[in-house]
Amino acid sequence: MAYLELKNVCKTYGTGKDSTEVLSNINLTIEEGEFVAIVGFTGSGKTTLVNLINGLIKPTSGEVLFKGEPVLGTSHERGVIFQNYSLLPWLTVGQNIAMAVKEAFPKESKSQVMERVKSFVEMVSLSHAINKRPKELSGGMRQRVAVARALAMKPEMIIMDEPLGALDALTRGNLQDEILNIWNQDKRTALLITNDVDEGIYMADRIIPLKPGPNATLGPEFKIDIERPRDKTALNDNENFMKTRNEIIAYLMTIGDERKSVSDIEYILPDLAPKSFVG
Amino acid sequence: MKQEITLKQESQKLNVMKPITEFFKLKFGKVNFLKGFKKTGITILSILLFLGFWHLGSKSLYNKEADYKIEKALTEQGQAAADAERACIASGESGCQPNTLPSPTQVWASLQSLIADHYIIKQKKDAFATKMEATNQKLIANGKDAIVYTGRASFIDTVLTSIKTVFAGFLLALLIAVPIGIIIGLSPTLRSAFNWFIQIFKPVSPVVWYLLVFMIVKTIYIGKSSDNAFVISFISVGLCAMWATLVNTAMGVASVDKDYINVAKVLKLGTFQKVFKVILPSSLPLIFTGLRITLSVAWMVLIAIELLAQSPGLGLFVWEEFQNGANDSNSKIIVAMFVIGIIGFLLDRLMLMVQQMVSFNKNEGI
Repeated sequence: MAYLELKNVCKTYGTGKDSTEVLSNINLTIEEGEFVAIVGFTGSGKTTLVNLINGLIKPTSGEVLFKGEPVLGTSHERGVIFQNYSLLPWLTVGQNIAMAVKEAFPKESKSQVMERVKSFVEMVSLSHAINKRPKELSGGMRQRVAVARALAMKPEMIIMDEPLGALDALTRGNLQDEILNIWNQDKRTALLITNDVDEGIYMADRIIPLKPGPNATLGPEFKIDIERPRDKTALNDNENFMKTRNEIIAYLMTIGDERKSVSDIEYILPDLAPKSFVG
Repeated sequence: MKQEITLKQESQKLNVMKPITEFFKLKFGKVNFLKGFKKTGITILSILLFLGFWHLGSKSLYNKEADYKIEKALTEQGQAAADAERACIASGESGCQPNTLPSPTQVWASLQSLIADHYIIKQKKDAFATKMEATNQKLIANGKDAIVYTGRASFIDTVLTSIKTVFAGFLLALLIAVPIGIIIGLSPTLRSAFNWFIQIFKPVSPVVWYLLVFMIVKTIYIGKSSDNAFVISFISVGLCAMWATLVNTAMGVASVDKDYINVAKVLKLGTFQKVFKVILPSSLPLIFTGLRITLSVAWMVLIAIELLAQSPGLGLFVWEEFQNGANDSNSKIIVAMFVIGIIGFLLDRLMLMVQQMVSFNKNEGI
């Protein structure tokens, strides 16, 4: 039995004439312990897909199954790292994480909660900033807080919606490693949504492209057969990496071109012939 | 670690004293000197200009009325009476002074006399209290009400009464408007149900609110000897001023960032937790903006309501001085005007400080 399964999932926004089908016929299976990346263009419905899986929205048709049970709402079993961090600005780093811990472990005493918060803050190496508010942190630090908050609930599956999209290249690389380390520790199932092919190849076991919406569907999957732990610097010389990367990029280019050329309107060009001035 | 919203630790400096503190900073360095001098200088200059125009204006009004008085005496009673009138005005005798816009010096003198008056009344009060002490103790022992001083209230007493009333009204507005605002902010159905109510009652004038409250409170207090002027005035002030808070709270609660709601959903917060840990903190800045407007509206309508309710505050003071028509009445009214303005300004600063303490930038978490 698949761990997470999406069967013919469609999602339509709006009703009647104004309705647009954002996702159509999404079929996806993720096995336990797998790290899957979904790569797609901006505006292709990636966030909609994430929200369907974590239970924030319901599919118009089709089914989302998590461990064989249909997803009816959000659950502590699926931790989410949002695209824009979504930290509560009036709480400190510690308070933001403590809020999640208290919800996930309501029976724990105050000191146990504190222990947990401290260990997760330490994990993302922000111990010095535990009493700071989000506005006092840099983008990378805020994202680390968001990562700690999602993981502190001890979810069985981590869903990441372009978690590193807004970060600079250096911070991005560091955080990729940090997320991989954390994932490696207890091999939780992970789903990464990204628009960066290299990031997907570096982090995931499988890459699935999302064809751009409306009517976005998943494309053919690409397996990444590169041994872990992967070395970022050596990756560029890895033939396997180069091959997969080129394949994925070529595929994305084709679907990108397809999107451009698909248009219902036919332009009738004026029937003109250049005038000859010669002679 | 505290789970509540801890307020910022940095003390927010009161801006009121800025010109004065800047003036004292002058000795530190040349740049500061010039800058401070320029700023303080301009403030002082504008005050002096204001006083100058005021003085000239009041003088010309004074002369106009004096000329009219002399002219009138001349046409009605002849030259001798006119000369007598002129001499009387020139001598500064209070009986025949023109009654017009007072000059700054007259207002200043009135302020001093009002303060002196306060101490005289205070002495009388204390004397009364010591005189009646034994009698009052007997009365209380017999289960009767003690006799209290019912003489004229001094100007400072009226100011204190007004401040007390405005805070009572503000508190009432807060207690009514914030909970209702939260409830209607949370439910779109209730919001549309309450909308007509808010739209209709928001623009109602303070005078009408006073009358409404008077109708109700009068009946409730029927047969009781106690004075209900304070109750009526603070309830009216509260009802008048609460609308800004109500609307702002509802709007703040209704427009919480969708990201925060998503966080609450993903963390699976209960309704109570969601309201108190996410929705309320995120709408606090707007709620406090509403409360700031409420306090300034409360102070503004207070004067009119005290006048109507015969509550012994600044409003009644102004009206009684106007009715009194004594020689220094006009300058006392101007003193009251300045006091009202300054207290209103200080109240606004107070709220601004609180508002700055609880506010955060909407994009801070993103």
